Amino acid sequence: MSQMTEIRWHGRAGQGVVTAGELLGESAMHEGKYFQSFPEYGAERMGAPIKSYTRLSDQPIEYHCPILEPDVVIVVNPNLLSVVDVTEGLKPNGILIVNTVESPEKIRKQLKFTKGTVWCIDASKVAMEELKRDIPSTMMLSVIAKATGMINIKATIELTQEKLSGKLRPEVVEANLRALQRCYDECVQG
Amino acid sequence: MVESKFLPLDGATAVSQAMRQINPDVVAAYPITPQTAVVQNFSQYVADGIVNTEFIPVESEHAAMSACVGSSAAGARVMTATAANGLALMWEMLYIAAGMRLPIVLTVVNRALSSPLNIHCDHSDAMGARDSGWIQIYAETGQEAYDNTLQAMRIAEHPDILTPVMSCQDGFITGHGVERVGILPDEVVKQFVGEYKPRYALLNTDEPVTFGAWDFTDYYFEHKRQQSEVINSALPIIEDVFSEYTKLSGRPQPVLDTWEMDDAEYCIVVLSSTGGTSRAVARGLRAQGVKVGIVKPRLYRPFPAKYIVEAIKGCKAVAVLDRAISFGAPAGQGPLFTDITAALYNEGITGLNIVDYIFGLGGRDILPDQITSVFTDLQQIANEGQRGAMVRYLGLRE
Repeated sequence: MSQMTEIRWHGRAGQGVVTAGELLGESAMHEGKYFQSFPEYGAERMGAPIKSYTRLSDQPIEYHCPILEPDVVIVVNPNLLSVVDVTEGLKPNGILIVNTVESPEKIRKQLKFTKGTVWCIDASKVAMEELKRDIPSTMMLSVIAKATGMINIKATIELTQEKLSGKLRPEVVEANLRALQRCYDECVQG
Repeated sequence: MVESKFLPLDGATAVSQAMRQINPDVVAAYPITPQTAVVQNFSQYVADGIVNTEFIPVESEHAAMSACVGSSAAGARVMTATAANGLALMWEMLYIAAGMRLPIVLTVVNRALSSPLNIHCDHSDAMGARDSGWIQIYAETGQEAYDNTLQAMRIAEHPDILTPVMSCQDGFITGHGVERVGILPDEVVKQFVGEYKPRYALLNTDEPVTFGAWDFTDYYFEHKRQQSEVINSALPIIEDVFSEYTKLSGRPQPVLDTWEMDDAEYCIVVLSSTGGTSRAVARGLRAQGVKVGIVKPRLYRPFPAKYIVEAIKGCKAVAVLDRAISFGAPAGQGPLFTDITAALYNEGITGLNIVDYIFGLGGRDILPDQITSVFTDLQQIANEGQRGAMVRYLGLRE
């Protein structure tokens, strides 16, 4: 992995994708890293496919432009796979992370993606079981931690606890932390 | 040096944090994208009692700047924020604020002017106001936007300057982009900006004064001459403030941000966030042995002409990147190019190969490959000894 890691998020407007990107940046910042997180602004309407970007680096980040050749692509909403070319520009040794019920092998076949690494997690299932709501965006942080090592899962869980405590009831906070740990444990590489 | 605390902030919120720490007497504002977060956050601070500011929600930007002018003349420390058409609607009052020597600080989150309607970044809004008598500072990052806001307050209120300051950053690119921003402790900022003691105040009835009086053929000319003298002699004082803040924050605050210019053969001069993208590309080219450099003016008014000329005059070829068009100027060049070429002429330099690239209008992305292509063009110009087209376009479909 080069000094700077460039990440592109795919989701649907209203899913908390932008917030997840910011949380990722904040998580990295707590580990002493620099970051940028910015959405691609188009016509924002609930449910529309959106892209968001995160850069992580040990050095101050000077680029102020969209990411065309990401190191990591994260697909928060599985139904985008047939709508958007999610692997466009992904570096040959890049990492693709998908919220899906499918296996990495099936995703590779569907996308005709033969290089790099694919990580799959059924984050929607975990979210439904733990939070009773399909809000998988922030769960993807666990997979990023495992797949890239750019952030630490323990620190991410602590940060989430710090951010949610005071806003949510203790049992809901606990459920969120459990969901993060589960996604870290349950994601599979292929 | 004082340690900063790092927060994840977008550029607009970074400015509202600076405003919270300054805790001005009056903020009068009207919301407009992409500035909205500045005033929205700040009005929340007012509602929550975190600041003691009198917040005046007005019906337009013309009213916003009018209320700022009135409040500042009354003796208050005053701030506001706007963008694009909002700044255009302030036009009349911009000149009045500057002419009355009112130290107002205005954040501009740069956005394209209509028409056609567009909410994204370019510099047409602030560039149109460059002759209004305001000091102008441009930020590359959210960090700089925060730092510049604090310094702008000190510069505006300096007793030998007393001139309003426009602090600009790129709409959406840094305005809505979240990054790691270092925030100084509240107490340190309070000390840095100090207490504002107006030299003249309408509410000081012991020493009655008149603001905005009639001034016909008898003295108007002299007053404008004085105003011009003030802004043009402000540079050393601005440098003092920048230097004091550098020591305080540990973050260098040059008037002219130069990178590898000592032996640069090819250079790009550009404002704001694109300065960062250009520098990042230049680092790669330097690693390949190409002698490239970057010049990014942080201060645009007063124009640091001598510094820019000194930095670029030894280059084989220079590209100016303009995020605005000065309509009807020779070949449709941009304002930065016009200023730089005038400065070169005034210093007796006429043989430099220098070209202008209009880019990024209405938020059109500026990509690393395009910056690389500019450096390739410059090498070609130097090798062939012919400038070719004076004004070019970057990222335009033709």
